[in-house]
Amino acid sequence: MIKVIKNFKIPIILAFIILGLNIFMPEAGNRSIAVMLDYAKEMALIMPAVFLLMGFMEVWIDKDKIKKWLGSKSGLKGGLIAFVLGTLPTGPLYAAFPMAASLLKKEASIFNIVIFLGAWAALKVPQLMVEIKFLGLPFTVLRFVLTLIGLIIIGSIMNILFKNNKLEA
Amino acid sequence: MAVITIYSLLAITLAVSSFKNKNKTKKAFIVAKKALIKMAPSLLMIIGIVGLILGILTPETISQLIGSEAGLWATASGAVLGAFTLIPSLIAFPLAGSLLRAGATTMTISAFITTLVMVGAITAPMEINALGKKFTFLRNGLSFIAALIIAVVMGGILG
Repeated sequence: MIKVIKNFKIPIILAFIILGLNIFMPEAGNRSIAVMLDYAKEMALIMPAVFLLMGFMEVWIDKDKIKKWLGSKSGLKGGLIAFVLGTLPTGPLYAAFPMAASLLKKEASIFNIVIFLGAWAALKVPQLMVEIKFLGLPFTVLRFVLTLIGLIIIGSIMNILFKNNKLEA
Repeated sequence: MAVITIYSLLAITLAVSSFKNKNKTKKAFIVAKKALIKMAPSLLMIIGIVGLILGILTPETISQLIGSEAGLWATASGAVLGAFTLIPSLIAFPLAGSLLRAGATTMTISAFITTLVMVGAITAPMEINALGKKFTFLRNGLSFIAALIIAVVMGGILG
């Protein structure tokens, strides 16, 4: 019981802050609650499916395959696979973290994980459609290209910084 | 769209998996349950912090901070705002578009959009939980620097 409370320490503190907000700044407080309901709904809808898919991946896809497709020797093909996986329309970035963790456990390379997460966050196909509509094609294309270059550089730097592909070193 | 994709994917996987091996299917559910329990505090934390920040920070406040003020100050605010908020793209892009038309510079808007999508201060607890501190700090830190450079280049090219 105490351990449970300890794990949920920060959410509990946040709940009190938001309660305070509702008492002293009711307008902001109401907005807070509306936003939280929105996000809670989104998470309740997406996260169970994400965790289940991750579970299936963990059970069915063996390490050798992931290592071959996305491992440190997967080269350009591995980068492309990571990129395509990331751009698929599959939900918010926080949904990608458990997936990335499970790919890393199966020895995907740090470089490919950075590309995967970056593409997922910044280069998603449905998101690009909205971007073109509101910010125009030149803006969207330029941001896409520059972000992709940025991701390749960030991935390369992190690949060097994580020796032996181990997370905590 | 995301929900449809992910659930179609799940339905196919579930069907194939239970057809091929009941035990492995059961195991996948156990793995999923464990991961969900492990992530639950960070998920709640994200909900709480997003609620708190977007409760205080309205689109109007964002406009005031990075709206028509030109210069590096607005660009820096844009980058920081983007890093510390989590706004769905359906709201963020129209907002960015209207700010651009209201006189914000391309540099500021690209800084805001790029950090918004690439840097996640709010989702960091969950990222740390899944991928560790070092990975999270490096990925977000380097992405923030990259976003600033991207903003300067975009400002230079698009004006």
